[in-house]
Amino acid sequence: MMNQEKKDRKGTVLFSKYARGEAIKKALSQTREDILFELRESKLKGRGGAGFPTATKWTIVAAATSKTKYVICNADEGEPGTFKDRVLLLEYPELVLDGMVVAGYTIGAENGIIYLRGEYEYMKKSLEDYLHEMRKDKLLGREILNKTNFNFDITIRMGSGAYVCGEETALIESLEGNRGEARNRPPYPVSTGLLGAPTVVNNVETLASISHIVTKGGLWFKKYGTDKSTGSKLFSVSGDCEKPGVYELPWGTRISEMLEIVGAKNTKAVQVGGASGTCIPKSGFNRILAYEDAATGGSIMIFNESRNMLHVLKNFMEFFVEESCGQCTPCRIGNVKLLEGIELLEQGKCTFSYLNQLKELGKTMQIASKCGLGQSSPNSFISILDNFKEEIFDGNGGTYGK
Amino acid sequence: MATEELMESKNKLRAPVSQKPLKIEKPTDLTTIGGTVSVEINEKKVVVPLGTTILEACKQNGISIPTLCHHEDLCVAGVCRICVVEIEGMRTLQASCAFPITSPIKIKTSTPMVRKARRHIIDLMLSEHYGECYSCFRNGKCELQALAKEYGVDNLTFGHIDKPKYEIDNSSFSVVRDMNKCVLCKRCVRTCIDLQEVGVLEAIDRGSKTHISTFMNKPLADVICINCGQCINRCPTSALRANDPSDRIWAAIDDPKKHVVIQTAPSPRAAIGEEFGLPAGTSMTREMNTALRRIGFDKVFDTNFTADLTIIEEGTELITRLYKALVKKQDVALPQFTSCSPGWVKFLEHYYPEYIENLSTAKSPQQMFGALIKTFYSEKNGIDPADIISVAVMPCSAKKFECNRPEMHASGFKDVDFGLTTRELARMIKEAGINLPEMPKSDFDSPFGEASGAGLIFGATGGVMEAAIRSVVEFVLGKKTEDIFANANIIPLRGFEGIKYMEIPIGDHVGPVPAILKHLIQDWNWLKGATLKVAVAHGTANAKKIMDDIKTGGKFSECHFIEFMACPGGCLGGGGQPIPTTPEIRQKRAQAIYSEDESLEIRKSHDNPHVRRIYEEFLTEGPSGQLSHKLLHTHYVKRGSYIA
Repeated sequence: MMNQEKKDRKGTVLFSKYARGEAIKKALSQTREDILFELRESKLKGRGGAGFPTATKWTIVAAATSKTKYVICNADEGEPGTFKDRVLLLEYPELVLDGMVVAGYTIGAENGIIYLRGEYEYMKKSLEDYLHEMRKDKLLGREILNKTNFNFDITIRMGSGAYVCGEETALIESLEGNRGEARNRPPYPVSTGLLGAPTVVNNVETLASISHIVTKGGLWFKKYGTDKSTGSKLFSVSGDCEKPGVYELPWGTRISEMLEIVGAKNTKAVQVGGASGTCIPKSGFNRILAYEDAATGGSIMIFNESRNMLHVLKNFMEFFVEESCGQCTPCRIGNVKLLEGIELLEQGKCTFSYLNQLKELGKTMQIASKCGLGQSSPNSFISILDNFKEEIFDGNGGTYGK
Repeated sequence: MATEELMESKNKLRAPVSQKPLKIEKPTDLTTIGGTVSVEINEKKVVVPLGTTILEACKQNGISIPTLCHHEDLCVAGVCRICVVEIEGMRTLQASCAFPITSPIKIKTSTPMVRKARRHIIDLMLSEHYGECYSCFRNGKCELQALAKEYGVDNLTFGHIDKPKYEIDNSSFSVVRDMNKCVLCKRCVRTCIDLQEVGVLEAIDRGSKTHISTFMNKPLADVICINCGQCINRCPTSALRANDPSDRIWAAIDDPKKHVVIQTAPSPRAAIGEEFGLPAGTSMTREMNTALRRIGFDKVFDTNFTADLTIIEEGTELITRLYKALVKKQDVALPQFTSCSPGWVKFLEHYYPEYIENLSTAKSPQQMFGALIKTFYSEKNGIDPADIISVAVMPCSAKKFECNRPEMHASGFKDVDFGLTTRELARMIKEAGINLPEMPKSDFDSPFGEASGAGLIFGATGGVMEAAIRSVVEFVLGKKTEDIFANANIIPLRGFEGIKYMEIPIGDHVGPVPAILKHLIQDWNWLKGATLKVAVAHGTANAKKIMDDIKTGGKFSECHFIEFMACPGGCLGGGGQPIPTTPEIRQKRAQAIYSEDESLEIRKSHDNPHVRRIYEEFLTEGPSGQLSHKLLHTHYVKRGSYIA
């Protein structure tokens, strides 16, 4: 495992030089406050997609008086079109795992858990071997690097293939052995998380970024990206382009720039943020990839002129109908209604008035669903129908859907 | 390492954390700074204790918010989303039932966004809710229907399912499940897992295929359901209902060859008024007698009579067990457990089969009555027991299962033919065109006649124990119960605390053995100086606590007699009682029962002259005699947790 072949990946932040254990060594020579300061300075936001400031999350858990706390690495990479965590875990495990140890040290946790996507079973062995090596080198276990009173270990727990378990509270439910269903928030995991203890749940890429921030400083990290979206981001690019794959690009990159880099031609639309993201037409290609504009957890799907956008949309909605956890009404039934609407469109039987009603329903789902799944599942429905009207409707009340 | 730790602590958790009540540490003294928080609801400033949910805060301030998955008896779910409200500064709407107030937020409960969301949610539920209201037994009493009406959702915007998706499960004698009516509020799941800790129902599958089901999707009769019916009481629609025998009862009534008798338990009379629009806690005993006769029942009997008989039989059994243990030093199962609640009996058979010997062999009052009707009564009146149809109106769905147990054929026939719930009886009364509150009052029929107040209070948790103690005290001490407990009210055994415990020191003075027990023991000297320890639990979650304590040799293993009732509140909160049920409603039903008890002249089972007569005329060998064993006692089945 230690010799896992690294592709020659180019990148200024995440793929920059990093020596195994470096962040742990640096962190242990500092106080918790120092680390939290650097993190605040870096303005790092969660890489899973929601973009919550990581320093705030950690500060709350660090301040909690509970004796038991947990660090959870959210490796349930389930968003359609996202595959960057796979690269990090396979090729750069040191970044992720060191980040977890730093988290444990900073918030005062002794237990770390990697919640690994069920489909990533094949990497479990190599990760476990890597953890074993870390323990041998005292980067994990009791009194890490001989620091008295700092014990931290990491276990791997497998998911079972439910998309909703990428939502942090559903992930915690799943870890506790229950149905993967999102909890009510508040209370948030930072105060009442795994088994009721304060818990930090971070995306794989967030933890990897932290290893760099601790080593090189918040100011260095902030140099990249925009003011509101600092650092760089891994983008999982797929679809109609010559060079699909994982790219590290600074936040603030224009969609058109990215299309050029990956060799996309005749592009009609770019789905930013996976199935739960938004679909951007040609007119929006000058938008920038950033939390403040076109936000994404990393998924970029490119569609060229040959694609039928209604089919694209149908594919997304079928996904949500199946992957809704089924507990709350708007998401469980709402997604079915949106999908049925698409089927009516395909048959040319959907009236404009019903379509508008479905769009309104989508807006209700965005605000009334219990968790992020139902709140974001209508995004593509609304954006595709708004942005590709000419393609979908023939102007005579019928559709070109078929 | 961490995994083992996780798994270990996991075993201590019964229910998903998400379904547990929110953990907010409330300062005990709310007057201290930080104990309260000031919020704005619809631009009105109010102060509430920290951790109050938005729903609760609104309720306290007279603002109504619609709810569906919320239930006072259950922990928070926050899944139906009907109760969403707007909070200033938050992008999404928040479920008011699940949002604890911890900071000075500004809440708006009726904005265009909120109203639109609520309409959408109701419309979505209706689109998946199979069937029409007029063909539904909850018509007029359905929470979904009420919401749709309230919000003017009347045109099925998102269509309406036209074929049933699921087969109706009517395998159980007690509970019928029709998942086509289910709106997935999960009240039944929370009732079964959290409230009763039985855990038969859970959501399975996901997405649009999500539905509530049992282990391996088995029919309800084949899983460890205890038939308590608490899920029925909390279902907002008709997805869960009791197995209704009223059509077959009508058929019997209409058959001139059949002699149809009905016995009525104490709890239905304290609650049936609710079905006729009366406030909870209105006793309808004598009005109901008249209504039953007008419906066409040939005789109307009072189950309290056999409740009195139960006290004598079960009390005698207890004394016998104690005598064997203390004097003869025999190995007998103690504490003795009550066996009146068929839900509890099945719960024990499934979960604690090793304690089956502790269950009193005395039948429940319903089954004792059934056996007497088709023997004593039929002989006395020269009616062929084959022509008797014996109905029991009970607050209970498990009684339907109980009367169908194969053991219950002591008379040579099915002792009780049909168990009828309070709700079903109310419907029969309405169907007969009778307005119950207007009925003139009438008494019960002989030969069993009136019963004592002791039999009546069986309906409330602690009632069986109180009735037993009223008798035991007089039997053993030779003193009037009133001399020891003011007005013969044994207050420590009353109320809705989950588990109640009481000690009664016997002291050095004992009385003479009453005639009715002379065939069993000579004197009470062996009880001198002893302390009688009793306990009461209602709801199987509380029963579980006591049983686990007994298993580990705790305090309750030293008890002599323990009353268990499967349902929260006892029979008055039974699974056959009018819907809805809340702690407040149960409280009022209990008040009705206790005040009727105080109004009665005879308040102790052994003082009931009809009970004495039956031992003189029929069960001549006395309590625990051969005939009483044949007719009034039964045996149980070690079922265990797995059913093949």
